[in-house]
Amino acid sequence: MHELGIVFHIIKSVESVAADNDLEKISAVVLELGEVSGVAPDYLTDCWKWAAAKEELVRGSKLKIETLPAVTHCDGCGRNYPTVAHGKTCPHCQSGDTWLLAGNEVNIKEIEAY
Amino acid sequence: MDMVRIIEVKQSVFADNDKRAEKLRMELKEKGIFLLNLMSSPGAGKTTTLKRTVELLKDELKIGVMEADIDSDVDARAMAQTGVKSIQLHTGGMCHLDADMTRQGLDELIDNDVELAILENVGNLVCPAEFDTGAAKNAAILSVPEGDDKPLKYPLMFQVCDVVLINKIDVAPYFDFDLERCTEYVRMRNPEAVVIPICAKTGEGVEDWANWLRQQVRDWQRGE
Repeated sequence: MHELGIVFHIIKSVESVAADNDLEKISAVVLELGEVSGVAPDYLTDCWKWAAAKEELVRGSKLKIETLPAVTHCDGCGRNYPTVAHGKTCPHCQSGDTWLLAGNEVNIKEIEAY
Repeated sequence: MDMVRIIEVKQSVFADNDKRAEKLRMELKEKGIFLLNLMSSPGAGKTTTLKRTVELLKDELKIGVMEADIDSDVDARAMAQTGVKSIQLHTGGMCHLDADMTRQGLDELIDNDVELAILENVGNLVCPAEFDTGAAKNAAILSVPEGDDKPLKYPLMFQVCDVVLINKIDVAPYFDFDLERCTEYVRMRNPEAVVIPICAKTGEGVEDWANWLRQQVRDWQRGE
């Protein structure tokens, strides 16, 4: 399961941040999730509940998800457009010469600790 | 109410794995070990292709194979029949291998003086593409019955692959599979990707693939 693997990686990163900052108990992890990251927020939260219950450091903590919009840049006309609505084809000039500017992020933004 | 401390992290969840993968890749380069990460959906023919490949290359290269699966050791047993060192890794329910899991598996192969290590990743077109294993090159197998539109549906997989093998090419007449169209879709995702049609069952095209792989290993060992 895709989301479970990502949750394990989040916990690993949180453990190393906790060790660096002498944190013993985490109350929440704030995650930035791009619209086209391919990660389903609902599944991610479910997996978090299951996996976090097994680790003392994050037991009972919340996973707060902030969605980041996906934006694509068009090299054809130089403009940006929303990725989810238009995919790889530029709605301004119909060019396929486009690339994702933002929206595939899976970032730990911050950690809240007691 | 307890005071809450907020620690700003601003770090990609994949960053940690990417760092570990890069470190592993550099270590392998120093040792002259070429690691190939082979990915595909379940049933595309990874194990059959590998058996053919190993037969063609085992006399000139010292090969070791790591079979990654959620459960069972059927693949490792099948590979062991070819006479090369073969180990089975279990991912414990996970859908992919990351750099640390790959390193654990490699330790055993390195002890056996392997120069070409092949990782047969978990059958899946989504997750393995997101986790860098530390491999020198990534390969994907797409089999004819899966359809020629897969590079459009699973873009990241084809974006990260250096070579794409189109397997089961012998049954193409029975499916609506257009090799030219498929190659075009792969190139849309990755203009540099090498596309090689093969049939692992009959051996058609496998020599072209083995030649490509041999060249990559030699280049890697020369430090290119």
